[in-house]
Amino acid sequence: MTLQRYLDETVARFPERAAVREPGGASVTYRELGELSDRLRDRLASMGVAPGDRVGIYLRKSIDTVAAIFGVLKTGAAYVPVDPSAPPSRNGYIFANCSVKVAITERRFEPGLRKHLSEEGAADTPLFVIDEAAGGAGLRAALDAADAATRAPRVATVHTGPDALAYILYTSGSTGKPKGVILTQRNATSFVDWCSETFAPAPEDVFSSHAPFHFDLSILDIYTPLKHGASLALVPEDIGKDPQKLARLIHDARITVWYSTPSVLSLLVQYGKLEDYDLSHIRTILFAGEVFPIVHLKALHALLPAPRYFNLYGPTETNVCTFFELPPAIPSERVDPFPIGMVCSHLEAVVVDDAGDEVGRGERGELCIRGASVTPGYWNLPEQTAKAYLTTGVGARDAAKGPWYKTGDVVTEETGGVYVYAGRKDRMVKKRGYRVELGEIESCLYRHPDVREAAVVAIPDDELGLKVRAHLATRDGGRLSVIALKGFCAQHLPVYMIPDVFSFHAELPKTSTEKTDYQALMRME
Amino acid sequence: MDRQAIVDTVKHFILEQFLPGEDPDELATDTALMTTGILDSLATLKLVTFLEQEFDITVEAHEADAANLNTLDLIADLVHGKL
Repeated sequence: MTLQRYLDETVARFPERAAVREPGGASVTYRELGELSDRLRDRLASMGVAPGDRVGIYLRKSIDTVAAIFGVLKTGAAYVPVDPSAPPSRNGYIFANCSVKVAITERRFEPGLRKHLSEEGAADTPLFVIDEAAGGAGLRAALDAADAATRAPRVATVHTGPDALAYILYTSGSTGKPKGVILTQRNATSFVDWCSETFAPAPEDVFSSHAPFHFDLSILDIYTPLKHGASLALVPEDIGKDPQKLARLIHDARITVWYSTPSVLSLLVQYGKLEDYDLSHIRTILFAGEVFPIVHLKALHALLPAPRYFNLYGPTETNVCTFFELPPAIPSERVDPFPIGMVCSHLEAVVVDDAGDEVGRGERGELCIRGASVTPGYWNLPEQTAKAYLTTGVGARDAAKGPWYKTGDVVTEETGGVYVYAGRKDRMVKKRGYRVELGEIESCLYRHPDVREAAVVAIPDDELGLKVRAHLATRDGGRLSVIALKGFCAQHLPVYMIPDVFSFHAELPKTSTEKTDYQALMRME
Repeated sequence: MDRQAIVDTVKHFILEQFLPGEDPDELATDTALMTTGILDSLATLKLVTFLEQEFDITVEAHEADAANLNTLDLIADLVHGKL
């Protein structure tokens, strides 16, 4: 099975059902989505894209973007989606890093992308440029224009093997540069098939697409409804951040299966005026990416008691690997977050100590995962790939069953194989569902000419869930303008990685081995 | 109320709420606020609530975006147009 075959099969079964809808009323049927992606497949093939290549996608979320994803997959290549709101320098770096054969982008992003591809030594990367990604019309017009110049010969859809790359998702990297998690067709389809088994989608369902396409939550969104002839309701970036607009969209699009980070649901329940709407069409609410503060979860459940709620857990490297269905009623005395739950049926889990040996039930240890959806590694980073899997203890046995991926998350196992999350092993945190490597923020701050020392910590915050605080020592020992610092960070980092608070010190505290004392910094204002 | 008074009121609110300790001279009327993370999504909601209460206006949901709120100039235009 491949992701592109899901689409072919649904086009044959449900050609006239709505596949993807935008909030403005634009939509495409499965037949139209199939045709549009066929045309892009032909165009990409004529530009030289072949099985095994990568194709960059730098588009705002739209019908055009979904068609672009399938156009790439149908050539047998892997797609590399990037954040359209991130600085073009970051996106140029990503495309150059995995040497995309072609990048698909919009007119508005073209100058910035060209400049940064050129700075990365990839100036000759061909671009396929759409005037405006919206409603599928932008992509169709770009294909028409290209065909008018030179018609792209029709080619067959490539049905790659299970080990072929399907997509690369770039996440925050500890070296200061994003790193590409590579995911195969088997990684993706084993996860989507688990979603089928667990959430029983029907053609009448309408799934939300809240997460951006460079984020692994989008895999469930895009492919689960598609496999079953259901619809996908796109939530564009601007509406996704606005709780009141979002509540209206959920109502107007008659969404039946919602999936997002807890942050979004927390904002919706506090500011979305959900009580103004009849939302009885929602049958399932899924959340993942971070811990859901229990106070907001209780408030949401009180407003919407009917749907089934699932807490999904998993890093990009495995996609969802454990899940927990909430009880129909949340006890009012509950103050702890819910567990991350049991391992998914297509995977295995083990909890290990620092030596890699399995710990007893109830003891803390690192959660490791193996099975069909576990990534084969990072793009062009053999050392980081080797370090990602367990090699000692449990990891030294049964190599034929595949490697154990080390999640870096500390858990305990309760009775019945239910896992409870305890915290991060390294310095990567989740802010609003985004993985933020604190070291990457530090690398950015160290590029500022007036910064002498920088250390970034994440501290719990009642309102934001998590606050990122940057501790700085400047060259002249004085303060810097927070406005100027945030402006500087915005040139190098996506907005969710910009520190919330800056503190200034004569020098940063050190441990006895002259390393930055993060424990002390956690307690400092 | 004249436009300058709106700018001063909003500037004072943003400095006090979101930029404690900042030199007021750094916050110019064309400083980007939303695209630099000075105003995150929660801060934007607080700003809108403040604008509605302080100036007795209604800010529609579709207006609460960077096109209308990214700088003090834009905010003043939005508010001034509603008085």
